[in-house]
Amino acid sequence: MSIFIDNDTKLVVQGITGRDGSFHTLQTMEYGTNVVAGVTPGKGGQTFEGPNGQTVPIFNAMDEAVAETGANTSVIFVPPAFAAGAVLEAADSGVALVVAITEGVPVLDMARAHVFARDKGVRVLGPNCPGLISPGKAKVGILPGQIVTEGPIGLVSRSGTLTYEAVFQLTGAGLGQTTCVGIGGDPLIGTNFIDCLEAFEADPDTKGVVMLGEIGGTDEQEAAAYVSDHMSKPVVGFIAGQTAPPGRRMGHAGAIISGSAGTAEEKMKAFEENGIAVAKRPADLVGLIQDALN
Amino acid sequence: MDIHEYQAKERFRAAGIDVPPGEIATTPEEAETIAAGYGGTVVVKAQVHSGGRGKAGGVRLAKDAAEAKEHATAILGMDIKGLTVEKVLVTPAEDIDTEAYVGVLMDRKKQAATFMVSAEGGVDIEHVAHETPELIRKLTVDPRYGILPHQAFWLANFLYDDPKLIKQASKIIAQLYDAFVNSGASMAEINPLITTSAGEVKAIDAKMSIDDSELFRRPDVEAMRDTSSEPASEVKAREAGLSYVKLDGDVGCCVNGAGLAMATMDLVKYYGGEPANFLDIGGSSNPDKVVAALEIITSDPNVKAILFNIFGGITRCDDVARGIVEATNRIDIGPPIVIRLTGTNEELALEILSDAGFSAYTSMDAVVEKAVELAAGGA
Repeated sequence: MSIFIDNDTKLVVQGITGRDGSFHTLQTMEYGTNVVAGVTPGKGGQTFEGPNGQTVPIFNAMDEAVAETGANTSVIFVPPAFAAGAVLEAADSGVALVVAITEGVPVLDMARAHVFARDKGVRVLGPNCPGLISPGKAKVGILPGQIVTEGPIGLVSRSGTLTYEAVFQLTGAGLGQTTCVGIGGDPLIGTNFIDCLEAFEADPDTKGVVMLGEIGGTDEQEAAAYVSDHMSKPVVGFIAGQTAPPGRRMGHAGAIISGSAGTAEEKMKAFEENGIAVAKRPADLVGLIQDALN
Repeated sequence: MDIHEYQAKERFRAAGIDVPPGEIATTPEEAETIAAGYGGTVVVKAQVHSGGRGKAGGVRLAKDAAEAKEHATAILGMDIKGLTVEKVLVTPAEDIDTEAYVGVLMDRKKQAATFMVSAEGGVDIEHVAHETPELIRKLTVDPRYGILPHQAFWLANFLYDDPKLIKQASKIIAQLYDAFVNSGASMAEINPLITTSAGEVKAIDAKMSIDDSELFRRPDVEAMRDTSSEPASEVKAREAGLSYVKLDGDVGCCVNGAGLAMATMDLVKYYGGEPANFLDIGGSSNPDKVVAALEIITSDPNVKAILFNIFGGITRCDDVARGIVEATNRIDIGPPIVIRLTGTNEELALEILSDAGFSAYTSMDAVVEKAVELAAGGA
């Protein structure tokens, strides 16, 4: 098993003809994900050339793509100015999961899009996220397929490349993954740590969870409380930004210590107080999760 | 992006909020002329992106133009929390009866703009929220409807007893929400919102932060950027499309991805060093970006060693390798460089680097340890 995506995932790519969209669609198809449609307004009727002679039909709009192909998941690679609109359109089209990769989407636009999607019962992942991958089943987004392998660990992270680093070390130690989820570095994200923890707890194949947080906000603190109240499976964690100065945005729009709130220190303390073993550096995650599983 | 008080006031005025007049001076003489124009008592206020201006002596009352000049002389050039004051706002002093607080900010937990109001204005609101939360009223705005008239009234009703004041404050609260949305703000604050003995409600201070992701579609707000308040290296980084924050250590860091960049800085500290910067070269890096990154890092005289930590996903390791080689050919890089590259096109990258005489690591711990050792003067 896995969470959110699996062998039944039928993917539509919004912005399939763009530079990033086309590159990652190829990678996604090479990984074996079932890409059933692409959407680019004005390019309906054209065809996207995939690997090994596979082709993907392109539609002008999401409703057509979903009606014609039965797509149940969408991934968004459209530019920031149009990304929130793409989320709204996807949430209105009948897909169950919308994965927004785009970075730099105005937060006020996303506030509206998140309410709309919630009302429709549609899960949004991101924006400003690397997506997710269920090794051996499906990949949606930009996580590199070559570093993951099937196994018992669920991984959830606010970051992209830090996720790669952790997965690389897990895989190197023979610890494969059920699903790796990047929830995104923006202040307003559709799926948070708790949503992923809940899904990992319910997934019979996931035996333990690695949670990678960073400075800014209080998501990690709430997730820590959730772990102690609701989870039977072991969770280990890491927080990036122990050396970050207050008041400065560290790359991610959401990675900022406001006043005295959102520091790495308070998050690590919340982890420890709630039974989540904290790695001092990424390399220590492997040992901690191995200990927790035994 | 933070904007100055006088700029936030312009946005507030445009939304209809009653904000007293004010003009900007960059010299004591200008301040004197402005003060003479208003006549009577004025306030001279430092325009700097920092809280605690008052405590630092950056806000002073002047009873006439001569005193305004004197105060401007003292304030201009003053250092407030590491920032030099380049401009002062000269504004007529108001007859203050009461001081309240009205603010709106994007609340991550509620995923919507949330108002906070308190009759305890003119003080640090975080402190009020912590010590006496019962003195604060909060309201989360549904982004589909904006703030509704009865909601603005409910907030204003918490501030005043006099219906005339409540009515004016309700209007200001709704206007503040308009200014917030129309500026693409992440925070907008009036502290204090005053009442005068004549029964008027006015905003005599203004603070606003803009969501950086809004700037591409708001050139009028982008034009308010004050690059003199940022280190030159950060301005250069932004222009090159890099995310950079200068720190005080001596290990220069060049990493792809914000999370990994922070984790790399933390690891420098773990091994006993101090990071000189946060630098994310971004996703689809090209060699030019790497060159710009190296120029920025080496412009910091504190840097004694430079560390690359690249985990290729979208970023191709060979692009970064080419950038490193090109940069070392183009500019004279003093400090030693140590490199960790792994992921997409790793082999190609290692070949490019070894041809140019560099060696590369594949482990993050090994490269960080080495960089810390080099910065400390080891070989």
